[in-house]
Amino acid sequence: MCSGRVDLEFILRALHNGMDGVFIGGCKLHECNYVTHGNYHALTTVLLAKKVMEFMGVNPDRLRVEFMSAADGLRFAEVVDDFTKQVRELGPLGSSEGLGLEELRGRIAEVNKLVPYLKVRTNDKLNQRLTSPAAYPDFFQKEEVEALLTNPAAYYIDPQKCQACGICARRCPVEAISGAKKQVHVIDQDQCIRCGTCYEACPSRFGAVQLIQGAPVPPPPEPGQAIVSPS
Amino acid sequence: MIEDKCTGCNTCMEYCPVEYPDRFNQDISNNKAVHIYFAQAIPLIAYIDESCIYLKEKKCRVCEAVCKAKAIDFQQEAEKIEVKVGAIILCPGYDPYDPKLKGDYGYGRYENVVTSLDFERLLCATGPYEGEILRATDRKHPHKVAWIQCVGSRRVTPGDNSYCSAVCCTYTQKQIILTKDHDAEAQCTIFHNDIRSYGKDFERYFQRTEQLPGVRVIRSYASIVGEDPVTKNVRVRYATNDEGVKEEEFEMVVLSVGLNPPAGNQELAQKFGIELSPHGFCQLDPANPIQTTRPGVFVSGAFQGPTDIPESVFSASGAGAQTGQLLDHRRWQLTKERVYPNELNVAGNKPRIGVFVCHCGANIGRVVDVPSTVEYALSLPNVVYAQEQLFSCATNSAKEITDMIKEKGLNRVVIAACSPRTLEPLFRDTLREAGLNQYYLDMANIREHCSWVHSKEKEASTQKAKDITRMAIARAGRLLPLQEIDLPVNKNALVVGGGIAGMTCALSIAKQGHEVYLLEKEAQLGGLARRLHHTLDGMDVQAYLDGLIREVYQHPAVHVYHKARISEATGYVGNFVTKIESDRGRSEIQHGATVLAVGLDVYQPTEYLYGQDERVLTHLELEERIARNDPSLSEAETLVMIQCVGCRNEDRNYCSRVCCGESIKNALALKALKPEMDIYILYRDIRTYGLLEEHYREASRNDIKFIRYEPENPPQIAAAENDSGPVLQVSLPDYILGDDLAIDANLVTLAAAVVARPENKELSQLFKVSLGPDDFFKEAHVKLKPVEFSTDGVYLCGAAHYPKHIPETVNQAYGAAGRALTLLSHDIVTVSGSVCEVDEKRCMGCGACVTVCSYGAIEFRKGREGNKAVVNPVLCKGDGLCNAKCPTGAIYLQHYTNEEILTQIDAAAPPEISGLKFDRAVGQD
Repeated sequence: MCSGRVDLEFILRALHNGMDGVFIGGCKLHECNYVTHGNYHALTTVLLAKKVMEFMGVNPDRLRVEFMSAADGLRFAEVVDDFTKQVRELGPLGSSEGLGLEELRGRIAEVNKLVPYLKVRTNDKLNQRLTSPAAYPDFFQKEEVEALLTNPAAYYIDPQKCQACGICARRCPVEAISGAKKQVHVIDQDQCIRCGTCYEACPSRFGAVQLIQGAPVPPPPEPGQAIVSPS
Repeated sequence: MIEDKCTGCNTCMEYCPVEYPDRFNQDISNNKAVHIYFAQAIPLIAYIDESCIYLKEKKCRVCEAVCKAKAIDFQQEAEKIEVKVGAIILCPGYDPYDPKLKGDYGYGRYENVVTSLDFERLLCATGPYEGEILRATDRKHPHKVAWIQCVGSRRVTPGDNSYCSAVCCTYTQKQIILTKDHDAEAQCTIFHNDIRSYGKDFERYFQRTEQLPGVRVIRSYASIVGEDPVTKNVRVRYATNDEGVKEEEFEMVVLSVGLNPPAGNQELAQKFGIELSPHGFCQLDPANPIQTTRPGVFVSGAFQGPTDIPESVFSASGAGAQTGQLLDHRRWQLTKERVYPNELNVAGNKPRIGVFVCHCGANIGRVVDVPSTVEYALSLPNVVYAQEQLFSCATNSAKEITDMIKEKGLNRVVIAACSPRTLEPLFRDTLREAGLNQYYLDMANIREHCSWVHSKEKEASTQKAKDITRMAIARAGRLLPLQEIDLPVNKNALVVGGGIAGMTCALSIAKQGHEVYLLEKEAQLGGLARRLHHTLDGMDVQAYLDGLIREVYQHPAVHVYHKARISEATGYVGNFVTKIESDRGRSEIQHGATVLAVGLDVYQPTEYLYGQDERVLTHLELEERIARNDPSLSEAETLVMIQCVGCRNEDRNYCSRVCCGESIKNALALKALKPEMDIYILYRDIRTYGLLEEHYREASRNDIKFIRYEPENPPQIAAAENDSGPVLQVSLPDYILGDDLAIDANLVTLAAAVVARPENKELSQLFKVSLGPDDFFKEAHVKLKPVEFSTDGVYLCGAAHYPKHIPETVNQAYGAAGRALTLLSHDIVTVSGSVCEVDEKRCMGCGACVTVCSYGAIEFRKGREGNKAVVNPVLCKGDGLCNAKCPTGAIYLQHYTNEEILTQIDAAAPPEISGLKFDRAVGQD
């Protein structure tokens, strides 16, 4: 397992559990003993997570990534001492930010639901190798992450167009689409991870799946509503 | 010390009253009479040295009393052991040159003059000052440090070595980079006479060093003229072209000492009946530098001559291969096969976790309250059994664990002890012995992560040990049984490239009982060596090559395909399928291992009128003229050689390594042909590394003139006339005379760069291996795996890796054969169970995993529901990047699944805070 295995969800889970700080240690950048150089992925994940924390009102300094070798024992101790000191100064998670733990957990749970969506939308950036620390702070922009989290894409099946072919339901990776023969299919918005698979899968001759951004998703049709046959 | 009993727990060292200079730390700091030689020593056990007061005065024995493993036995006597062997490999290494013996440079007199080995220890985290670079005189950080190169090397004065030690330029650069890492403000100066960055990627490494702020690289001899009586700074005298002789003070001076033959080399040679070279290294045959003068006795490493780590590894694997050639018929005869009981199926059962908390002698137990940790573990969900152990790794403890697994019906085991890095394989084996799947184990590291680093805070350490153990227990409840895959290994090898490297490697593999398919692009074998005629050490290359080719054709197990072209390469370690077209038509070859040995190409110069004036030749062309005694040579009165043509520049930022030696070789041959010929070698640095230095000296003695030029001001060449007729006029600044120099030459020869073969790109895609920035193949790891690729089962040798001389190529070719045999000699390869898998339903076919996998282990399979990712477990290395990137959780790294890790994260938070439970196993949610 490589530091690049660290999932955004792990960081959120630690915060959710009331951890005051999260530290991620990776091998020295560009000195990967394999060919993966996964530590660069750990770095971009952390940069994204920091913006997500900011968005939630959590001090991003509570998350730190450092890269060092197994021979850097002293440096490790220094870094951990320094981070511990910093986190101690920041005080307990939540209350120091003027947030109750329960409120914070609510926010984290909301963001956690959007982790799949964040992964889809930031994949290209997460794969980049940042060679200069100068590029770290603005690699992900506050507005960019804010937009992703406050105004995520949603998908909705137009009851007028759906022909109940079932392709979307079969393709949906999280089984968020229900529907039976000749019945309009419906996306369960709570289950949906906004990956867009249904949107891509819906045959273009139907074009029933709609991408909705910046507007509320229309309420689902009555369960079992029959499809409108093409005239 | 009774080796099987010592667990390396360090307790004896703490109690030992004798402080004694630590030899491993260059006597800079002290160690105890009983100690472990160094932190990574293998075996990691203590020994008692001659400073022990019991050995001297029959007093003390405190170590014996405190050793809980009862590993110390003062009655032990030296034993004589007789071992019958079929082959012997000598790898005694080298000894560093000791500047104290000659008293040069004030070493031993001035405390702030240290050797590079002293400095190496100062840099090291396990060194005398725990990684702080401190001066002996005031224990302060030196901010201004000088390195003096070639100490003890490249000199004919008595007590010095006339050869170049080959490694010092680059290790000095490493030390400077590390010094700057320690202290960004440090001023570092190198005094040198040629920076010899001849190895793979060394040129870039040098540039990196040179470009660091505060680093000066000065080409000058340097001597030490004294020290300041108050500050103890050291005064160095040197000369520069602009300023002449000057003196400068440094806070510390590092002597870059060279490599001597190993102490005791004469006795060794006598004992084993081998001959030594005049320098005291092993006498080598350039056609097989691993073979000593006595059959059955092989040599590897720096006993061959000064050499760096990668090349030591080549010859080490190579010596293995040659031993294999000799002893293949006896392979596996001493191996005992392990038989494990059948695995119990406990999947789906409620977790029954057993926890074993190790005292590690006193290592853990003295800091962490082990009994209370055991008690705590018993209070946790799913834990049905817990106990303490003195040493969990001891044989009787392993037995105890298997017994308890059976007696208590445990289906998960947590060992709270040390780092899984060292002992996880042992404990996994213990589980297998008890009939449990080995992946039902988790380790809690309460030693390195706890007792060792918080030895002063016992209560907090105990709490932390409990936390770590709780997390391991939580994860253990989630662990799933995994199966390791046994793949059959096809016993044949494919070798791509029929030059010296490919042929040598193919023959070595064939001689160890394997069929080898040898592919050659051309109509005949031999590669570029067909154009070489003699070497600096006097080898007749064509005669050698003819012999090698004959041997290849005569060996019944080597199948040569000429004019071969690879059209398709598929498969994986142990099971490759390669389709080719050749003089035998179309063939499909199934093979277990692949060796890439495609050799090199030579740069076609566009500089210096090459191709426009027929008096300008490359060295290969010159060598051919020398071989056929071309009249143009005897007619020439003056010949100019220009080095570094087409490399060490922006296009090819590397040194071609072989050209300095080639030029000197040809210059000496010309001098033999016509002693009165004027020969000039225009160079940037003469890189006759190692024992080649002798030939550089010989060339100077033979009045071959060496003139240095700078890349910013390269030689100019123009056709001209002088009294004797048409000439090529070569002009350049002479930095020593401070004047411009013009040489009228009859012939100009160019040391044209060695370049990678153009087909390397295609081959790299076919075999899924990578290329470096200069299109040479990129090995898996420069030092740890220098003849392997990160793609398992594919190996590398010869100039396809980097330009090299024939003996080096032979070393590496045997090295690749040795590594290939470690695969081919097995019937199966085992693939870890901790690899990725895909839940196809959840896969949305986005391809994030495919992009991020550097091993090409994931591909799409098109099905009715679109693209679905499929993992080839054989290629997966378990880094888990795909898992982190997958938006839907479809692809997951087994043994480190989200559920397993999240459970652990949940358990990390004290339960009263997290409010979460972790007492479920998979399937019980």
